[in-house]
Amino acid sequence: MQAVISAKNIIKTFDLGEVKVHALRGVDLEIYEGDFVAIMGHSGSGKSTFMNIIGCLDVPTSGEVYIDDNDVANYDRDNLATIRNKKIGFVFQSYNLLSRTTALENVELPLIYNPNISAGKREELSKKALEKVGLADRLLHLTNQLSGGQQQRVAIARALVNEPLVILADEPTGNLDTRTSYEIMDIFQELNDAGKTIVIVTHEGDIAKMCKRNIVFKDGKVIKDFMVENPINAKEELAKMPKQEDALA
Amino acid sequence: MNTYNLLKISLKALRKNIFRTFLTMLGIIIGVASVIAMLSIGQGSKDSIESSISELGSNLIMVFPGAQQTGGVNLGSGTSRELEIGDVEAIEENSTLLVGVTPVAMAKAQLISGSANWSSSVYGAYANYFDIKALGIKSGRRFSQSEVTRAAKVCLIGTTVVEELFGEYSDPVGQSIRINKVPFEIIGVLEEKGAGMRGDDQDDVVIAPFSTVQRRLLGSTKVQQIFASAKSEEVSEAATEEIEAILMKEMRVGPNDEAFNIRTMSEISNMLSSTSDTMVTLLAGVAGISLIVGGIGIMNIMFVTVTERTREIGLRMAVGAKSKNILLQFLTEAVVISITGGIIGALLGIGVSIGFGNLMGWPVTITPFSIILAFGFSTVIGVFLDGTQRGRRQT
Repeated sequence: MQAVISAKNIIKTFDLGEVKVHALRGVDLEIYEGDFVAIMGHSGSGKSTFMNIIGCLDVPTSGEVYIDDNDVANYDRDNLATIRNKKIGFVFQSYNLLSRTTALENVELPLIYNPNISAGKREELSKKALEKVGLADRLLHLTNQLSGGQQQRVAIARALVNEPLVILADEPTGNLDTRTSYEIMDIFQELNDAGKTIVIVTHEGDIAKMCKRNIVFKDGKVIKDFMVENPINAKEELAKMPKQEDALA
Repeated sequence: MNTYNLLKISLKALRKNIFRTFLTMLGIIIGVASVIAMLSIGQGSKDSIESSISELGSNLIMVFPGAQQTGGVNLGSGTSRELEIGDVEAIEENSTLLVGVTPVAMAKAQLISGSANWSSSVYGAYANYFDIKALGIKSGRRFSQSEVTRAAKVCLIGTTVVEELFGEYSDPVGQSIRINKVPFEIIGVLEEKGAGMRGDDQDDVVIAPFSTVQRRLLGSTKVQQIFASAKSEEVSEAATEEIEAILMKEMRVGPNDEAFNIRTMSEISNMLSSTSDTMVTLLAGVAGISLIVGGIGIMNIMFVTVTERTREIGLRMAVGAKSKNILLQFLTEAVVISITGGIIGALLGIGVSIGFGNLMGWPVTITPFSIILAFGFSTVIGVFLDGTQRGRRQT
């Protein structure tokens, strides 16, 4: 299998003046095309730092990172921005949508920074991405008129719209109730079935069991890296749950 | 990201907080409007002062006999060799910068009409006196130069004299009055001029032909003053020097003899216009401060906005915006605010200027300079101070 992201002996040290924080102490990881990875670990374990580095938001102190054979550890800020724009889609815990802006405009955002895509093409691609996450009927709703689950789905559509190599999701279900979390995971599973590479950070064991591969961080190192046997199917779990209307009644 | 996109993003961001955008703009609007209004009103009042001075006859040049010194004791004005009719003729012949020159004979006289009587000053002059002093005729006519030549017993009287002798609303043209017992026909009434520079009543006068006053009232050939009018305000100084040279030659005196004094209205007008210059500068200064305050207001609000929008900026960078893109976006927002504010402010300023001008009856002069100044300033504040500050904080 082709490695989409390849990290070799990554060390990241934050110099806070008096103390040096060793966030990553030599991490070797390869993420392959079609992978569906859950990264787990306690806070301070280095998982977020790792996400930032493979997301090209930060560069390692030492070590090598290749994204689609781009040696991003040595890229400057502008080149990193281009990589983020073309190869990576982000989903955040708190959705990070532009307020008082329509769903469609939010999804268009990454394409605005891609000079090769025209305004017409932008709208077309954005509509398609929103259809994939089941929000075809909410294109012109303002983000503050949407529920949490719907907002996260807009965020996923935004991560999808530039056809990235990999989607990085930082606790995408952290702010959502169980049912809505499973709905989001259902979308991720569908995307993964269609061939998308997805990496999520999560604290929740049941969410991790819906992924194909789990990686556990501790004290800046990878301590476990295993394939999940028979990952839970989110759709089936949802079917077992009482309907939301019934639960309310 | 092209310019169109950039503008669209910026406008969208501003529209999202339309009320805040408006408040931010308000500082610039008020600043620009007040600079333009203050400069226009100041310039207008200056122009109005200047035009009322030139109505007084700003080209007027007055020659008085000089003071005589006897053994170090200065005897004051009028004690040296008196002015003569020959001096007037010499000035008339040799000057090039004057439109008119007239001798003036002055007599204090008792005026009698029927049972009323009044004491006033009688001025004798040539027919061009009315042009030189810029005197208007309310009713009747001026006297002619031929009436001066034949010493006709005609006169024009000021409105104060009319009031005292005939009553406020009467028109005495055609009637006769006795001036020191000599009967004169009233051929005209002068337009009202109000108080003079020294608080004297300029309407308490009688004007008669020069020769009549000399022969009938004074009984001498004395010329007490010479009035002349320069071709324009610009040459009045040169004309003064010219008269000085002619008179020194004519009277055979040197420049230190103080044989005569020359006074012009342009001295007074210079003083007044420098006063109004000071006022304009002061007003513009105050308005400028409000413009700076407006600029600081923009900066302040933008700082808050940036702090508030760190998440948005982080997001934009995460999805692939380069720091250049972010900087440009904020710069564009600042430019849009300051230019829009500048345009609205300029229109408002012009409106206020015109309105104020109409209210005060002033000729409001809107100088393009003031608009460029205010507008340029607001743009500079908006773009450089604000945009770069905001952008820097992001990158």
